[in-house]
Amino acid sequence: MEVAYYPGCTLKTHAKEFEKAAMEAYKAIGIELKELDKWYCCGTVYSLAKDNIMYKVASIRNILNAQKEGFDYLVVLCSMCYNTLKQAQEFIKDESNLARIKAFMDEEEYKGIEVLHGLELLKDKMEEIKKTVKKPLGKKYAAYYGCTLLRPKSIAIDSYEKPAIMENLIEALGGIAVEWPLKNECCGSYNIITNREAVVERVYHIIENARRNGAEAIVTSCPLCYFNLKECQKDVKKHYPGFEEMPLYYYTELMNEAFDGKFDKGENNKES
Amino acid sequence: MLLEKVEEISGENLYACYQCGRCTAGCPMTGEMDLMPNQVILAILRNDERVLNAKTPWVCAQCYQCGVRCPKNVDIAKIMEALREIKLRSNVNYIDLKKINRSYPQIAIVATMRKFTG
Repeated sequence: MEVAYYPGCTLKTHAKEFEKAAMEAYKAIGIELKELDKWYCCGTVYSLAKDNIMYKVASIRNILNAQKEGFDYLVVLCSMCYNTLKQAQEFIKDESNLARIKAFMDEEEYKGIEVLHGLELLKDKMEEIKKTVKKPLGKKYAAYYGCTLLRPKSIAIDSYEKPAIMENLIEALGGIAVEWPLKNECCGSYNIITNREAVVERVYHIIENARRNGAEAIVTSCPLCYFNLKECQKDVKKHYPGFEEMPLYYYTELMNEAFDGKFDKGENNKES
Repeated sequence: MLLEKVEEISGENLYACYQCGRCTAGCPMTGEMDLMPNQVILAILRNDERVLNAKTPWVCAQCYQCGVRCPKNVDIAKIMEALREIKLRSNVNYIDLKKINRSYPQIAIVATMRKFTG
């Protein structure tokens, strides 16, 4: 199966390992992620102001372009891009909204292309995934969804309070998924730039909670959650002596590991 | 009046709020806030313009936890956005873009530009 794939800026820079692992992992279960010939930055955060049309244009253009390339589904791996593109898709499903936005662009009609997150593609593939596993993971993992895969409700890839896709994936890969309450809690997101200390505090609570609930590592699909959790652990150590670092993985890295791919985990995770 | 402006930009009915505080209970950023999310709504309902100088809307990370847990379906994230927009549209940027450290991931930088500058 071939699906259109929208990478977004961060998967080409800070989160290269996420993309690289995804290409291999999805291929192993028969899914070819075909990068769009043409794509732009989605805008990262969806504008919530009713009258702010301009901030929605980039996302909508990306969706309509993917449709022009002949695809029914547009798969996104970055959680933030997913959120922005999916909300934009919901927005243009309403024809009066699309009409308003067309004053600013030449693109054609919306014919119903669906934005999907990479995890959604795995929902019905668990049996295939189990069969592909060569090296069961064994360890205990906390699935960390963060905000953008689950909220607002209209775009949630799973139950917004009790999601299970990532847990099911971890179990299918031979790992143990721990139950913990902060799986859908925000890491502080872009506050990392304007209010780093606040994010450090969030990261401490999130990681400690995962640990107290038995996790040995955290799994995510959001490059900003990944960055914040990874980067801020050093700061956490300064504030909370005795704090032990916890390894982080993109879910695609875990898939590769269990599939026994030759994938190199990347610099960020060389056995911490 | 402040209330009308907020309603116009957010599209939300603030009078639906009955001050139960679930938005505040679920908010991950309250530790950094000077006004709790439910207090922000109350201040807007009273047309108290001091809320425009509160730190709260600038700490909101648009995680939507408040909105999904609101029993009255008030999307508080949209209200926070309206407060930011009112400020940014008066030609006041919340941060100086030139001072942003560019080693951060693009998603963080672009989000910062969109949420903190007009």
